[in-house]
Amino acid sequence: MIDLRFRVNGEWRSVRVPPLARLLDVLREHLALTGTKEGCGEGECGACTVLVDGAPVNSCLVPACQVADRDVVTIEGAGHESIQEAFADCGGVQCGICTPGMILATRACLAEWTARGEPCTEAGLRRALAGNLCRCTGYGGIIAAALRAHGGAT
Amino acid sequence: MAFVGAFTRRPDADAKVRGAARYVADLDVPDAWLGGTVRADVARGRLVRIDRDPGFDFTRVVVVTAADIPGRNVVALITDDQPLLAQDAIEHHGEPIALVAAPDRATLLAALAALRPVIAARTPCFDMEASAVVWKRIAIDRGDVDAVWAKAHRVVEGTFHTGSQEQMYIEPQGCVAWPPDRHGVVVVRGSLQCPYYVQKALMAALDLPAERARVVACTVGGGFGGKEDYPSVIACHAALLARAAGRPVKLLFDRHEDLAVTPKRHPCRVWHRTAVAADGTLLAMDIDVRMDGGAYTTLSPVVLSRGVLHATGPYRCANVRVRGAVVATNHVPYGAFRGFGAPQTCFAVERQMDRIATELGMHPVALRRHNALAPGDRTATGQLLDDSVAAHAVLDAVVAETGCARMPWRTQKRGRRRRGFGVSLFWHGAGFTGSGETKLKSRVAAAVLADGRVEVAAAATEIGQGTEAMLRAIAADSLGCGAADVALTEPDTGRAPDSGPTVASRTCMIVGGLVAQACRQLRDRVGGDEARPFRDRAAAFVRDGGDGRVEVEYHAPPGIVWDEANYRGDAYPVYGYGADVVEVEVDVATFAVKVLRFCTAIDVGRAIQPGLVRGQIEGGSLQALGFGHLEVVTTQAGRLRQDRMATCIIPTAVDAPPMRVLLVERPFQHGPFGAKGVGEMPADGGAPALAAAIEDAIGIAVDAVPATPERLLAAWLQTHPEEAL
Ligand code: FES
Ligand code: FES
Repeated sequence: MIDLRFRVNGEWRSVRVPPLARLLDVLREHLALTGTKEGCGEGECGACTVLVDGAPVNSCLVPACQVADRDVVTIEGAGHESIQEAFADCGGVQCGICTPGMILATRACLAEWTARGEPCTEAGLRRALAGNLCRCTGYGGIIAAALRAHGGAT
Repeated sequence: MAFVGAFTRRPDADAKVRGAARYVADLDVPDAWLGGTVRADVARGRLVRIDRDPGFDFTRVVVVTAADIPGRNVVALITDDQPLLAQDAIEHHGEPIALVAAPDRATLLAALAALRPVIAARTPCFDMEASAVVWKRIAIDRGDVDAVWAKAHRVVEGTFHTGSQEQMYIEPQGCVAWPPDRHGVVVVRGSLQCPYYVQKALMAALDLPAERARVVACTVGGGFGGKEDYPSVIACHAALLARAAGRPVKLLFDRHEDLAVTPKRHPCRVWHRTAVAADGTLLAMDIDVRMDGGAYTTLSPVVLSRGVLHATGPYRCANVRVRGAVVATNHVPYGAFRGFGAPQTCFAVERQMDRIATELGMHPVALRRHNALAPGDRTATGQLLDDSVAAHAVLDAVVAETGCARMPWRTQKRGRRRRGFGVSLFWHGAGFTGSGETKLKSRVAAAVLADGRVEVAAAATEIGQGTEAMLRAIAADSLGCGAADVALTEPDTGRAPDSGPTVASRTCMIVGGLVAQACRQLRDRVGGDEARPFRDRAAAFVRDGGDGRVEVEYHAPPGIVWDEANYRGDAYPVYGYGADVVEVEVDVATFAVKVLRFCTAIDVGRAIQPGLVRGQIEGGSLQALGFGHLEVVTTQAGRLRQDRMATCIIPTAVDAPPMRVLLVERPFQHGPFGAKGVGEMPADGGAPALAAAIEDAIGIAVDAVPATPERLLAAWLQTHPEEAL
């Protein structure tokens, strides 16, 4: 067991976890942050996406020890209401299992583009979200939501 | 009407975008143990015994085998041929043999490894054409096909194949079961589409009366048919373990296990022989359908039934012979996936229509227009169609949008990247096939609460499609109240009457219809001056002792008659119609196919929640396009080859084309506000239109899907032998 200290959704937390515990399990089982989902456990679906120091990662592939002293954001602390609202209004949500990961991935790419002053394009969004699978929507509602959120944010 | 037809935010969206929705894996169950399954590692054999590794301390876990089942060792569904746990015969790879529950994952894995089934292998059968065991045969006859061949201008033949397909809901399957409480009630919560199917299975396995088997559906992370029948297996397994362990047990599949053992779309072969007149009129259709059902009956008979009933496509033809069979093999049982047999037969008939068009030198749009069903026509089963038929309307809509009727089809193209387009026309029967709904007798209740709100109780599950928003809109407009004045019960067999399973595009038309009926009765009963808010009147009505509860039961609309023995009559209360146009670019160096544009027109009768209907159409259409060229599901020695998400691929946001969705509304007079169904129909048309587009682009016949680059290359080399290495 190791003692792990990291910031989750703005709060410093300490947990005792097995050394090779996955970040996904630490969030879900030790911190009861079940908004982060497991769809495959092998880095393919993106349902487990969280932000580590602002960058999206598949938490099923990240050993928790790697986030020591770092900043982790899960859907429960995602803030940034305009993206959530846009997903809810534009058909970006159906069964919802991909939604937390999709929202965090969207947030990360919109933030990056805004920081670089790059325009947000549909093709760019599709590429940025290609690591997050959604089986329900056909992606149209998700892309529409991201475009709306971006329009609203700038 | 304030809510029907309006864009409203779905009631479950807020919890979902905040990560607050609770799926089965998110349930906090104190003291729960984890369950796991020991499985067969051969496709066919005889279970001799189960050895236990003496090095493992089995007192730390509980083990359940077939001998520990208190009730019947069957997965009760249609035919009781599938055991919950193998006792003697092993019929497919991954068949469950024993169950284990343990306090933690490490102990569970150790225990699973310490149980070693000894199996004497037998020779399996994987070839559906060679299988002699038939789960179900169906024949449909109309007119006399054999009298036509000699007179026909042309007789066109074709054989078409469709592969299996994985539902790939992003949430793997799972259930949590609790041991009997002090009243003997067993509770199961899970990711499931049909609480009452699971209840029926639990009652048989645990020998329980209905009131002691309570099943609740959690928030479901996608189903698409994949969570129609299989959750019964997981629920029974979890309940057996919970009973043995005396504590709750979570039986949650990881992706690998889910892919390996849950049912997928039936592989299918369809043969067509069609007699046509010089003007393109279909004179006779002779069709033979064969599906691989896998190792047990499961839902195969009803999948075949829907398949053969859609086999002619939405076309008029006076002489039809359809023969269908679904056969046994030693594959993992195939099961329900959106479309339920229709995508397979729809692919075949649409490719056959294109083949006929090519033979006659007709444009594929013109051939379809010439033969499309219209009001007053009869189907192959003799069903007389009324003015709810929208075959021409949907075709006209996509033609107007894309201009495809003027695009030349199958002209020689040049260059490395070649473009083409394809069109499909399809239909989908709404609700259960034949007398299914009449037998099911679905029930729905609506009751006024003390504060004047109305609680609607139905067992329909929200699996992402938007059931809650749809039922709420129907209830609110039927009552004349606000959507917020309607509460929906959880899909819980302990609280909601049996409104039937969440399958077959039936939730809107059938369950929604019952909700409308119950709510209208309640509105009449409450009465009063409608200028006053319903809620005030309803609260006063129950305060004054009025009976504020209504329960209604399904009765087939007048005039709907089905003859199951002869496959004659009204196979479905009504059909929805759809047309797709796909434009592709094919790279003849790599045979990569890029879908450039997709346009679809879908007739849903009436779109109760247009935003959600569009979502269903877009999502279903992308699954259909995936079925057409990307999604490969194959087996080797009865074992799934694509056993991980990395290899069992589905379309990403980059693969998905921009979609143009056109809603067509040809109301069904007996549907709630005119609604038919929508869930499955978008799964039918994408693959054939995509195959046609590839054919147009590169000039090779695409008679099988998925049209992978490997397949296209092989077909290309047949027509371009000079390019073979
Ligand atoms: S669960 Fe991590 S990528 Fe699928
Ligand atoms: S909403 Fe169901 S997987 Fe995306």
